[in-house]
Amino acid sequence: MDRRLFLQASAALALGTSSINAHAMRGAKVVVIGGGYGGATAAKYIRLMSQQRIEVTLVEPEQSFVSCPLSNLVVGGSRTLADLSRPYTSLTKQHGVTHARDVAVAVDPVARTVKLSGGSVLSYDKLVMSPGIDMNFSSVDGLTEAQQQGKILQAWKAGPETNALRKQLEAMPDGGVYALTIPEAPFRCPPGPYERACQVAFYFKRHKPKSKVLVFDANQDVVSKPALFKKAWADRYPGMVEYHNQHKTVAVSAADGLIKFDVHDSVKADVINALPAMRANKIATQTGLANMANGRWCGVNYQTFESTAAKDIFVIGDAIQVAQLMPKSGHMANNHAKVAAAAIVAQLSGIEPNPQPMLTNTCYSFIDDRNVVHVASVHEYLATERTFKVVQGAGGLSAEPSELEGSYANHWARTIWADMLE
Amino acid sequence: MRIHSVLLTLIALQAILPVSSALAIDSIEPQRAGPSTPPPRTAVDIEPQPLSMPPLYVQSLAATCANCHGTEGRAVNGATVPGLAGRSADELVAQMKAFRSGERKATIMHQIAKGFSDTQTQLLADYFAAQKR
Repeated sequence: MDRRLFLQASAALALGTSSINAHAMRGAKVVVIGGGYGGATAAKYIRLMSQQRIEVTLVEPEQSFVSCPLSNLVVGGSRTLADLSRPYTSLTKQHGVTHARDVAVAVDPVARTVKLSGGSVLSYDKLVMSPGIDMNFSSVDGLTEAQQQGKILQAWKAGPETNALRKQLEAMPDGGVYALTIPEAPFRCPPGPYERACQVAFYFKRHKPKSKVLVFDANQDVVSKPALFKKAWADRYPGMVEYHNQHKTVAVSAADGLIKFDVHDSVKADVINALPAMRANKIATQTGLANMANGRWCGVNYQTFESTAAKDIFVIGDAIQVAQLMPKSGHMANNHAKVAAAAIVAQLSGIEPNPQPMLTNTCYSFIDDRNVVHVASVHEYLATERTFKVVQGAGGLSAEPSELEGSYANHWARTIWADMLE
Repeated sequence: MRIHSVLLTLIALQAILPVSSALAIDSIEPQRAGPSTPPPRTAVDIEPQPLSMPPLYVQSLAATCANCHGTEGRAVNGATVPGLAGRSADELVAQMKAFRSGERKATIMHQIAKGFSDTQTQLLADYFAAQKR
């Protein structure tokens, strides 16, 4: 290092002075909507990367973060929701993030304000939108009503519904049928449905061995880790898990326990777990950010994750129109958040955003209570193509399920939660 | 607040000033343990990047490791995956090369390691070496 620069930096630190751009950053306001894997990470990293110069308010109604990854284990019975929950307090105490326990109900991209349900209005210089997904219940006839009655659940956001689905399985008699329906990709958590089939089978194998797990997938094949999941079903749950591809669910009836498909014959089940099509959360769509895929997903400039529909709004996580081979996963949302955080800090301090951001992704899936498989990828931004592409030759899958990967999966969860919150 | 990251950020902030960008990477050097001669860079870079990367970019690059190795490379308590902060840059580079070549067996790291070029690996190693454990 240049000793002179080092001394300059030390002197600046000692005197509490800062350069022009630090000046620009000071007092700048960022609002983050949503405290999931994306939003919580963005809030922390904007504080970290700006040396606490940028004021950050996280708009999140809950007191604690609850992880969707690992929540299939709550359905399977080997974890509780409490195991997957972490309070937001360290984000406030350690990083100085303001936690507004409220829901964002309207964004004005011109006035740069966020209105909360409690009536208060937050102004921002930059807004991070990490709202997650909404279910398009109307994509399956009868689902809206059945869902409102609490009879047909999704449990696709970890929380009370996760426990409610578990209770439905516990109430089901041995010899009963659990049916999981999967919409056409893209949906939140590509390996999630297949892991859930494993977890329900894990529970049935020990407690209700005459029962069946039927998986009806609108896609051509298992969307993530197909060979590993199919082998797990065949090896560990023989005769229990039945997988049916190209079965698009068009209607459900809670009263009859009936699932109707677009082509194939209808099927009856005791517990129906119907996942409808998904789209960007309402706050993003009503702000006009969902400008891709017929209004389903939010287009972003991948170099920064700034919306292609509104300046100074950065959309991250499951709500975005993904680049090629980019999964809608918690790990990916965490990585989006860091690219967006660095871009926001760069913009607010007057330097160019990183021209070549990188992302990593790892999705671990539990095939029982301790054996795990993974898929991993590394993504690089290519300025010439203005998108992320996977680095060829990198990434890959597990060779087979293992307890060693189970320990890494648990470690991954603890570490990424700390990376978001602590 | 950690002095190293404060320095890095202060230096990052100076990036808009007409400071020679070559200083940016050098700025990580003093905190780095071990020999001052960087290991030779091979020609297998996937995507060569300039060595004069502002620290904010390096911090952003290093954040892609944090999901599994901890924020700024500091592992959580009782971690089964090692932290990276405060380790020798040469050792980190050597480990990454061993993962890539298959010399060091892994469940996942051999796959992730192949996603980073030699230049990026060197930047990461220097960054983590400069972090407080």
